[in-house]
This record gives sequence, C-alpha cells and structure tokens, in this order.
Amino acid sequence: MTATENSTNYKWVGTRPIRHDGFDKVVGKARFGADLDLPGQLHGAFVRSPHAHARIVSIDTSAAEAMPGVKAVVTGADFPALDPTHPNFDTAVNCMARGEVYYHGHAVAAVAATTNAEAKAAAAAVKVEYEALPAVLSIADSMAEGAPLANPNNYTKFAPPGDPSNLATITNLARGDVDQAMADADVVVEMSFDCAHVHQGYIEPHACVVDYGDGKANVWCSSQGHFRVRSMTADVLGVDNSKVKVVPAEIGGGFGGKTTVYLEPIAAKLSEKSGKPVKLLMTREEVLRGSGPAPSAELRIKIGATNDGELTAIDGWMAYGVGAFSDMAGLIGAMSVASYKFPNLRMETYTALTNTPKSAAYRAPSAPHAAWAIESVVDEIATELGMDPIDLRLKNAAVEGDLTAMGMPHPRVGLVECLEALKASDHYQSEPAEGTSRGMAVGFWFNIGEESSATVNLNEDGTANVITGSPDIGGSRASMALMAAETLGIDVYSITPIVADTESVGFTDVTEGSRATFATGKAVVEACEDLIEQLKARAATIMGVDVGEVAWVDGAAVSPGHGGGEGGDPLTLAQITAQAKRTGGPLAATASLNAAGAGPSFAVHCADLKVDEETGEVEIVRYTAVQDAGTAIHPSYVEGQMQGGSVQGIGWALNEEYIYSADGAMENASFLDYRIPVASDLPLIETIIVEVPNPAHPYGVRGVGETGIVPPMATIGNAVKAATGVRMTSLPMSPPKVLKKLNER
Amino acid sequence: MSRTHINCIVNGEPIDFLAADATSLLDALRDELGLIGTKEGCGTGDCGSCSVLVDGKLNCSCLILAPEVEGREILTVEGIADGDQLHPLQQTFLEGAALQCGICTPGFLVAAKALLDANPDPTETEIRYGLAGNLCRCTGYDKIVRAVQEAAVKLNSTSKQGV
Amino acid sequence: MQYVAPTTVGEACSLLADNPGSRVFAGATDLVPQMRTGRLEPSVMVDLKRIERLMSVSHADGRWTVGAATPASDLTHNVEFTTMHPGISEGAGLIGSDQIQNRSSLGGNLCNGSPAADSVPAMIASGARAVIAGAGGERTVLVADVVTGPGQTSLSADEFIVEFEIDDPPANTGDAYLRMIPRTEMDIAVVGAAVRLTMDGDTVSAASVVLGAVAPTAVRVPDAEAALIGSSLDDDTLAAVATAASAACNPIDDKRGTIEYRTQVAGVLAKRAAVIAAERAKNGA
Repeated sequence: MTATENSTNYKWVGTRPIRHDGFDKVVGKARFGADLDLPGQLHGAFVRSPHAHARIVSIDTSAAEAMPGVKAVVTGADFPALDPTHPNFDTAVNCMARGEVYYHGHAVAAVAATTNAEAKAAAAAVKVEYEALPAVLSIADSMAEGAPLANPNNYTKFAPPGDPSNLATITNLARGDVDQAMADADVVVEMSFDCAHVHQGYIEPHACVVDYGDGKANVWCSSQGHFRVRSMTADVLGVDNSKVKVVPAEIGGGFGGKTTVYLEPIAAKLSEKSGKPVKLLMTREEVLRGSGPAPSAELRIKIGATNDGELTAIDGWMAYGVGAFSDMAGLIGAMSVASYKFPNLRMETYTALTNTPKSAAYRAPSAPHAAWAIESVVDEIATELGMDPIDLRLKNAAVEGDLTAMGMPHPRVGLVECLEALKASDHYQSEPAEGTSRGMAVGFWFNIGEESSATVNLNEDGTANVITGSPDIGGSRASMALMAAETLGIDVYSITPIVADTESVGFTDVTEGSRATFATGKAVVEACEDLIEQLKARAATIMGVDVGEVAWVDGAAVSPGHGGGEGGDPLTLAQITAQAKRTGGPLAATASLNAAGAGPSFAVHCADLKVDEETGEVEIVRYTAVQDAGTAIHPSYVEGQMQGGSVQGIGWALNEEYIYSADGAMENASFLDYRIPVASDLPLIETIIVEVPNPAHPYGVRGVGETGIVPPMATIGNAVKAATGVRMTSLPMSPPKVLKKLNER
Repeated sequence: MSRTHINCIVNGEPIDFLAADATSLLDALRDELGLIGTKEGCGTGDCGSCSVLVDGKLNCSCLILAPEVEGREILTVEGIADGDQLHPLQQTFLEGAALQCGICTPGFLVAAKALLDANPDPTETEIRYGLAGNLCRCTGYDKIVRAVQEAAVKLNSTSKQGV
Repeated sequence: MQYVAPTTVGEACSLLADNPGSRVFAGATDLVPQMRTGRLEPSVMVDLKRIERLMSVSHADGRWTVGAATPASDLTHNVEFTTMHPGISEGAGLIGSDQIQNRSSLGGNLCNGSPAADSVPAMIASGARAVIAGAGGERTVLVADVVTGPGQTSLSADEFIVEFEIDDPPANTGDAYLRMIPRTEMDIAVVGAAVRLTMDGDTVSAASVVLGAVAPTAVRVPDAEAALIGSSLDDDTLAAVATAASAACNPIDDKRGTIEYRTQVAGVLAKRAAVIAAERAKNGA
C-alpha cells in the first residue's frame, strides 16, 4: 500500500509494467556472469592462503606448470607494483598477494588449464612456503596497545603523517556540551553492543570471462558497475582504461559486494599469458572466504533524555572491524547518525584493521551497526519514560534543516511522515497476537548521486532505445523506461532499455548509494528533455510554424497554428520521427551529469515475534516496513527493495555471522552454515511506501535500495526485549545467545 | 579421462551426450547441452538454484552425477514454457515482480512447479516450506510466495474449465 | 573416478570387493560436495539406486522393510508407514529441503556416521535393524550398533546396508522426533531427540529415549527411560527426563552450537518429544 500518494498525476510513473528483461529471466535465457563460454576458453583456479597473516617466503609453480592441460600460472610478481598511495593499491593487493598474505583465503596464485579439474589439480600443486606472522583477529586485538600490524601498508587517513597503524580512520564529531547535557538529563541509558561480520550473500558467485588480445582485455562479468571494473582492472594491470573493455552480464545480486574486483585482473593476466580466453569463477566457499563481508563492530552508546521525552544528548563510541585493508567504515558510521535532533552530540568512531577478509560495501554500509545500538538505547529510554516508542521518536525526529552528526543540514526528509504512517497502520493499530510481542525502530541512509550517462535514440517508427551504463540489479531497466515514457509521453513498452558496455555509453559510476534510479534516471530524463526540444524544432519545420509556438503535450507536438483542431492538431512523436530524414536526420540525445541532491531516505520497521524461552528461538510472525521513496517509479520494485532489505536485516539480526577458528579461518563458509533466511523462516513483509518527493529529482526520486536493511536488527531486539525483558546486545541474536541471556535473567 | 555416453530425455526431447563420470548433472546441462538457465549458487545442495525435475521429482542437479540420469526424464527451466506461451508461474512471477536480480528465479520456478504439481492448492505455510530449499537474497520471498499463490489460482481455474 | 550402477546386491558386493577405494552411494548429498572439494577421491562410485531391493518399501509379517537407498520422500509420503512410525518419518522428513528429500536415504544418513543424522535417533528408539551385505553374505545388526564414532561405522569397506527392518510397534505405542536448528529448514541438527513410549492407560510401560548431535554417536538415555517408566508424565517426571537427557550429553563446541546450549536444549527436546510420543501412544498411533 502507499500511504501518501504523490500529488502529481503521472501517466507512467507509479505504474507496474512487466519488466522489459523479465521474459529472458523466467525462461532461462538471461546470461549472468557464469553463463558465457568462449571458444577455446580455459578455466582458472586460485591458490589461497591457509594463514591469517604470513610472509610468503617462496612460490614454486614449476610442478603446476608441468601438469596436463595447464597453460598459465600467475602470482603477484606478474602484476605491476603500484605505489601504496595509488587509490587501487589495496584492490590490487587484495586480488593477489604480494610478499605477505593478510587473511585466510587471500589469493596467492592462480592457474589456467584446459578443464576445471585440471586447473584445480594444478592449483593444489603450487608450492607456497609461508612464515607465519602474528595476526589480529578482533577489533579489541587490533586496537590494543602494541598490537601487531594487520597490514604494514595501512596509515591512518586524514591524519598527520605517522607510522603504519591498524586504524584506518579516527573521526571525532561534537556539538553542544554533551557532559553538561548528560548531567542535566532526567534519564541516561548507556549500553555496549557488538556485531559479527556478515556477508552480502548474493546467490550468484563472482564470475567472469576475459579474452585478452592485441594488447586489450575484453572482460565479460557481472558487477554493480562495469566502468569501475574497467578502471580497477586497468589499474591492477597497469594499463590505460582504453585497454580494457567491460561487457556487463546480468548480475545475480550484489548488495554492495560487487562494487569491486576480485577476478577480472587475474583472468586478464592468465588470458594474456596463455593466449586464450579464461573463465574464472568463485565457488561459494571462495565467495565467503575471499570476498567482502560487512564490517564487524563494537559500539558504546549513551543517550540522555528529559522526562518529557526530549533526547538531549548522545555520546557514542563506535569501532568497525574492516578486515585487512583500509576502509572508511567508521567515518561512514558516524555519518549515518542522523535520525534525531540531538542538540548535544559526541561521536568517536574508528575503523580498525583485522586479519580477516577485506570488507566490501553492504547495503547502507556501516549504518545498520550504528542504528542497532542507537535504536536499542532509544527503546530503553521509551520504556523508562513510559512513552510509546513512536511518540518518543516523533518528538525528536529530524526534519528539514536539522543537522546530521556530520553537521550537514537535512534537506526535505520524510521521517515524521514514516513514523506517522506506521502509527496509523493496521499493524500498529492492532494488538500483538496472543503470545507475541512488538518492537519498532528507525533507519536512515543518506544516498548518493555521482556520475551517470544516458543516451536515448528515437527509432524511425517512434519507438525508443534508452541506453545507460547502470546494471539492472532489480528492475532498473523498467524504471528507466518508465521515466522515459513519462517524459516523452510514449508507451513504456515502446521503449527498449539497454545496459551498454563501457565503449557504448558515457561514463557511469558503480551502482551504490541507491543511486541508479536517482542519478541515472535523472540522466535519462535530461536526455529525453533534450529530445523533446529537438522534436519541437522538427515539428515546427513540419508545421511551418515558429518553434516558440510549439508545445510538447502527452507525447505530441501541438501548435495553435497547425491544423484545424482547437489549439492545433497534435503531431505525435511517431509522426515526427517518420519524417526525421527530411527534417534533419536521426533524433538522438545524450545526457551526462554528476547528480547533486540525492534525497536521504528514512525507514521505520515494526515486528511482532515470539521467543521460545526454553530454546532461545525467535519466530517473527508479523513484519511491516515503512519507507520514504520520494516517488516510487515502479512501486513493485520499491516494495521489493523494502522487503529484501528487511529480510537481509532479519538474517543479520538472528543468525548470520562469520564464525572464525582460533587461527582466523572462517569455519562456516557454506550456505548450509552461513544461515541466510529461508522462506519458511518468515511471514509476509507488509510495506507502506511513503512519498515525500525529493525536490532534486525531476520525478521526486529518493534512493530506496539500502535504507531497508538499517532498522531490522533493533526492531527485532526491541521486540525480544518486550517479549522477555532481556536486552540483546550482541549480533546475531542466535538461539544460544538468547538462551544464555534468558538463563542469566 | 574417459567419458560416458548418456541417453536421456531433456525437456521432452531425447538427447545424448558425453560426460566424464564425475561431472555433475548441473555441469552437464550447462556445459554439454548449453542449458544455462540452471544456475550454480553453491554446489552443495544448499541454495536450490540448480533445481531440476528428474522423473518429475525435484532435485538439485549439482548433487547428481551425470551418468545417473541414463534413461531418466529431466525438466529444466527452459522446458517450463510452451514456446512463447509462458507457464502460469512464469506469468505470475513477472506480473508480481517476484524476481529482482533473477539468478534464483529458474530454481524457484522449477521448485514451485514441483510443489503445485503435487499440491495444487497449497497454504502459505506449505509454499514456504516447499520452497525452503531455494534461497533468494533479493525479495525476502514475499512476492515469490504471492506469485505461487496467484499461479495456483490460475492453474486451478484453468483445470476446472477443462482446458 | 568411474561410475557404475549394479542391478543386484551380489553385483554391488563384487564391485566393492574388486575395487579398492570404491564407495557406494544413494543420494550422494554429502559425497558429491566432498568430491568437488577433493576431500573424497573414490576410484569407483557404486550407485545403489538401480537395485530394486534397495529402493523398495514393504510391510509384511509384522514389520516394515525399507530399502537403504530409498529416498526419504518415499517414506514420508507413505501414509501407512508414517502412521505407524511417525517419529522415524519425522526424522527422515527433516533431512534437508524437498530437493534433498528426493535423494537422501536412511542408509546414507546412517552410514555417513554423523552424530547429527536426523533419521537415526528414532530408528534406534524403535529397535530398527540393518541388513548388511558383503562378500561374506548378509548379516543383520541393530541400527544402534552401526555407527561407532563421527564418520565411522562397524561396516567393513566391502559392505553396505541393503535394507532396514522395523518391527511394528506394540499396541499403545507412539514415537516422536524433534530437533533444534537455528532456521526452520536446511540446517543440520544442533540437537535431536527421539522418544518412543508404550502406554498402559496414562502410565508409561516402556520407554526409549535417544539423543542426536550431543555426543560422538546418537546416545540412548537409560536414566530418562527409567524416569519415564511407571510415570504418567507429570511435571516432575518431565523435569527428571530433561535432567537425565542433559546429563547424557557429551557434545562439542562447533559452528553449529555450543556445549552449554546443546546440553540444555537436549533436555528441553527430550521432554517435549516425550509428551508428543505419549499423546500418539494414547491416540493409537
């Protein structure tokens, strides 16, 4: 359902057409990363580190090279040594270790052979001698005085030059007088929390095929942004962007985890050395051991409030464990503190390196951890004050002009509208079912704009091709077509939306920060607006009127001086394109932009659940997600983002975690034991789309992809507290942890 | 490496191919027969992306050795539609936006077909347990469950009309 | 690796005897993933599913005979069997998803030697027997005597299980199997508990309690059985069952559960399974 319908009456925006790429995806024709085979291709396999931290003493590839079918072996020595200050230095070293391995599963060498079995056998025959080095495996170990370095090339960012450090960022934010405000507060709650590493869990493992020839790497792969694959691959190989072409496959889920490269430069080098195309796939185990999880975290949050429910101060300490390479998780975590006014604020955040896999972005990166802690403490305050948790939040909700923790004023945002929508919902208005208890929480994500390009070509019969460089992760082709249809005034099914390769469309940033429908959509609309100006000029020529007298109405040019109808007879888009040849040639337009004004998105979630107090199991029986979409271009896919984000958060809340052995190896590297939710774990996820249009987008779009993962952990933790009186402070809230807390009660 | 000559029926057509004995049915379908609609998500039987029907029964093709299917009848996602005429499940998945990225969709369609073949009028709980062997990370399963419910209604009304 | 599919028990025995490093399989739900990672490199994979005797379920002369390679779904969809042995059917029905159910077998589930095997506790509680074939002919042993430790069985390399024999339960007998997993499906049991009770009115006259996933093999809990016999499942009895079950645990800490958790929840599941088994016994299950 939609709570606040957009006041503008659109013809296409807000409708639910069948997605243009849908047919291929339900009949098995869509080609994902692993679905391309080239004639004569080889198969690649990795050699990975069995140590969390070690010096590579030697690598002997001779036995592997002599094995049947083996055509190439590569190690770190085959790649140029980038300067450590190079932006993709860490990416290069993460793709293939140089000198040291920094985590269990770090790639050390790779082999290409005629068959997969031969490649695996040869990889097993690569002899690597290691000298084990001290490893840091937890945030506490990493931040301890005198801790060994997880990665000797890491220096604290934005800090004066100094020695290598385990800290990648240190961020201190403050406003007002926190100590005085805490002293003056009627209620102060302080609690500590922790979160385990979790994985994005996309169902499609990383996959690529690279065909190297004539000095150029031709890459086929699935990613969230093929232009970033291009630049990263080029940098790791030490070549110009013009020497790498990336053709986007369909992408089988990313959630932030496919915004970097692991395979493509390695496959390129294997292809270069062997002279044959090389297909390189990760197994599921490799995905979990060797690609980016979300950071772990340790958090302490103290909030002060007055008796009438004003949240007067927050004092926070948050440390994010990001694996073995630099990251900005702590800084971004600080940026994500933005839901309440908090006149007095002090946030101290750290990004700490550990000898675990390099973190990658995961859906609203860093925000879920912070919200888990803050929203749990806010819930405790509501309980202490005897206030309804929505009312407490409404009293403190950030509105336009209020400052985020970073000190940025919010633009027009929809938190109040989301809270009110939940409060008015059937779910919140109904008593929890017998034996169930309720919790709710808020989530925020700032969203980003960045660079996008779009080309729109009108065909001679009035149909159109909309070409962008944003991969279609979850219905974006349909969204682009809807915005083009709305702008041009033609049928959505007359539009063919295309995701083009790096040589067929203008530069487009990776799909992150919920930016595709916002920024790439904005480029599509701008290109269509350019076309409308061209169409009006052509129409003026055909009509024999001045272009200034032509208007564009509902897919047609109209001019009072044309034809006998009242206000003039319309000349449809198709009538104009049919005469393109004699009026100046083909009609095409391109727009490229760096989109400013991404609209922050708030979400409010509510869960009813049962706790089995003898086993610690949590069963969610009802769940509602409310989110401000700005404008829902294709409401079904907006709901899908809200539902998918909710369920990823439910998994994060209840069962998902990296379990490490004492020496830093992930012990549960399979979908059997890394437990993402299954269908029978869940109820239907009710959705309420709130539409507070973003003034910086022609149709009011805010990004919707990420915010939905932010509230579930605290939503569930708050409901568990309501059910049992026990406050869970460690994620995941798995049955053993819940039962232990219940025993201690 | 010796390869075995295997005869079977795939999507209604008698077919034969050569495969090494250790080849999984999944790899045989994809690499020998070019049926790339069946996906690998885990290779351990834990995600259901490689679901196929073998003699009408739902299976993970990653857990079957290719020579096992000698003489068997296999249905993959490519065999669910009748040419351009989509199966009601494929229609309701499209209409109900039950796919986002689409990688798990073939496995879900095959599993849902097996479910409805055996139980034409399942409850929501039966659908959820019947599809518990298929992981989806995008949708939260909501729209998938609803699409299967919709398809059941369509199929039942069609069968009642005797079509 | 070579694949063979014998059609008789004798042929399978010869293949095993003649090929060192060969392995029999039915569902291969564990073997194929192990082969992919190179942890298992059999010389010959002997597919038992083309041998009719291993794929049939029959009932005669007061007992069920269940082919060792029969898919779990054949058993759980067998209404007559499930009515008579609901606990065994429940255990078999919990081995993985529908996909896995159409492959996994009682023989494979047992011979994997996993202490967490879902079908095993209820089979032990019912006194089920395994018929084992080998070069030296056939022998019959209690299911309880097959698994000797994690991944280890009392079968020699050239032997395999042909079928299981499960006697019809005495009158007024019911069984139940419960397991704890973190999700609702797809996981390996963190704890499993099977209870079989025979009732004389409201009083328990015979009891069998078997736990899974809490020791190197499935374990019987004589103290819990003693507490049940003669009782009418009052709260004190159930508390004693839970205490005895917890005391019988000798689990490990691993990625699937902690010692502390397994020990406590074993008691919870044992008493819950006892209540269900008693209900079924009284209802003439």
